[in-house]
Amino acid sequence: MSATATSLLLQGLSRLESKRNGHDAVWLQDLRRAAFQWVLERGFPTAKDEAWKYTRVARILETPFEPAQPAEAVASRWLTSGAIDSLAGDLGGTRLVFVNGYYAPDLSSLKKLPKGATVRSLAAALADKGESLEPLLSRPWREHPHAFAALNAALAEDGALIQIPAHTEIEDPIHLVFLSDGGKTPRVSHPRSLVLAGAGSQATIVETHVGAGTTGGSYFTNAVTEVLLDEGATVAHYKVQNETETAFHIALLDVRQQRDSRFTALSVALGSSIARHEVQVRLQAPGAQTTLNGLYMPRNEQHLDNPTLIEHVAPHCTSRELYKGVVDGQGRGVFDGHIVVRPGAVKTDASQTNKNLLLSASAEVDTRPRLEIFADDVKCAHGAAVGQLNEDAMFYLRSRGIPQKAARGLLTYAFVGEMLELIQVESLRSHVEKLVASRLPARGVEPPAGDVTEAP
Amino acid sequence: MLQIRNLHVKVGGKEILRGLSLEVRAGEVHAIMGPNGSGKSTLAQVLAGHENYDVTGEVLYQGKDLLALSPEERAVAGVFLAFQYPVEIPGVGNLYFLRTALNALRKQRGLEELDAMDFLAVAKERMKLVEMDQSFMSRSVNEGFSGGEKKRNEIFQMAVLEPTLAILDETDSGLDIDALRVVARGVNALRSQDRAMLVITHYQRLLDYIVPDRVHVIANGRIVRSGDKDLALELEKHGYAGFEQGGVAGATP
Repeated sequence: MSATATSLLLQGLSRLESKRNGHDAVWLQDLRRAAFQWVLERGFPTAKDEAWKYTRVARILETPFEPAQPAEAVASRWLTSGAIDSLAGDLGGTRLVFVNGYYAPDLSSLKKLPKGATVRSLAAALADKGESLEPLLSRPWREHPHAFAALNAALAEDGALIQIPAHTEIEDPIHLVFLSDGGKTPRVSHPRSLVLAGAGSQATIVETHVGAGTTGGSYFTNAVTEVLLDEGATVAHYKVQNETETAFHIALLDVRQQRDSRFTALSVALGSSIARHEVQVRLQAPGAQTTLNGLYMPRNEQHLDNPTLIEHVAPHCTSRELYKGVVDGQGRGVFDGHIVVRPGAVKTDASQTNKNLLLSASAEVDTRPRLEIFADDVKCAHGAAVGQLNEDAMFYLRSRGIPQKAARGLLTYAFVGEMLELIQVESLRSHVEKLVASRLPARGVEPPAGDVTEAP
Repeated sequence: MLQIRNLHVKVGGKEILRGLSLEVRAGEVHAIMGPNGSGKSTLAQVLAGHENYDVTGEVLYQGKDLLALSPEERAVAGVFLAFQYPVEIPGVGNLYFLRTALNALRKQRGLEELDAMDFLAVAKERMKLVEMDQSFMSRSVNEGFSGGEKKRNEIFQMAVLEPTLAILDETDSGLDIDALRVVARGVNALRSQDRAMLVITHYQRLLDYIVPDRVHVIANGRIVRSGDKDLALELEKHGYAGFEQGGVAGATP
């Protein structure tokens, strides 16, 4: 491990310990030290680590990040609820806003929730009744040892805790907004969120990571979100990663599913200099269904990595995966889709598709579907494609008078449109449509959404 | 309106058109007939501005050098190609596509762009011309359309974009007799004093419905014979065999 990284680590933990001295429960202190020790012993991933083959983290580790300070949350006076609306979208439901990793109650809005349901800051929950959270908070990095997840376990202070009682439906999306302010000093935050969906419950969670601020400085978000679905629970998780292009973003979405539960994830990766959004799903009881969708659009020199791991542990589970990449400039997109069918997971039905569109000669995509099957009587399919815009379609559009640049935009938008249509929350869809459209060459007229009403 | 002089076209080093010349005046409909591989479709593609060809010679359209223009500039100038094989474009709505195209043309011509409602009114009216079902409008461009539906869609686009020079590339291929009648009626409705048409076809059948002012036979990359509509009937009777041999002989320097 690089000397910078090690000294930063030591600094981070000792600061946290002195700051939280007397606040953290003993179990939490133990957890932090154990996770920290793990990182010290095992180090950060290098190019030799198969799972990190495409993403070099040296640039992150060499940056002298300082821990974010809660006081800064208050200092960002320009931040208003309206500013959050335009940065992250106004989805109408409960919204928790975190500034540089810390809960900002003034910017958040808590709507009435069904009886027994909880949506609150994790820091507050830990202060109240920490013990019950212990097994949950220590699990992800213990089960899938991973330096950044361990670092998050060692240093996380805040995030969201969402608990939905059995047979309870939360209609409006719960919006978690993680806003980072790239100041003069590079800062790091370790948001930690936990979603506990009771049996037969239903909820939609939207996680937005967005950068703001005027100085254009670098910052690092190292997030872990865990979603546990009890029997028959239905959870949709949307993630919009729109950090500034000087930021680093490493995130783990860790999901476990019980019998007959349904989980759907859609990740939209637009921002960051280097970003890695990893999704791990464990289908551990029969009848569980999972759908992972993703869109990544690196441009300039952005590097956007999307590793996914779906573990079919129990029989009769279904998984579907569709990831699409649009790579422009000298951007690099990575899709590393790993599906494991464990012994005994018979009648597994898994399919995975990855499609990529390269918009420039220097754009790069690495796509790696990996299927490991240790059970008989399973149905597994995968496909990957990398291509350019269809020349015949370009000529067709241009022959009708649509300028070359607009034709490119139109075809690119068509490629992306399939992913946008998967966003079931309308307010979120229109927010993401705008973000995506602003990154594409002008199409000459307003977005096609306006034509939906023209259908007879 | 259109003057083609000594047009030579190569693709991948192979010469397809070998000194083709043709003149079409405003208001006229010219049929271009010829056997497979004679260069008919290449002519259509070159006139629309396809970039895969190596082109020499001169093409004047309304007195201007057509070959110097990009495909979209040609469209703005009023050139339209009804494709032999219309391209399927998943994810782009038919109506959205056509409105984008019409507004691109209008913008370049200094006209006000049409909003969705005004455009819809125009589209609905022109759709009737080719008896197109409105359900096609909300579908992706040509995606999952039958051969006949695709061809109707081409003529529908032509009716909306109102070109000055329309090139119909084997619009009759793959059509049954009813669809052929519908398409031909659409084309005939668009005939006018200010509009010229080049109708490219392998078979005489289409010309029963779209009666041309002139008929040209193309073989081995050049026009080997021109005449009035009766020439098409003659071809129907005797085939292209005689022309092909003649063409080969004529092409040898």
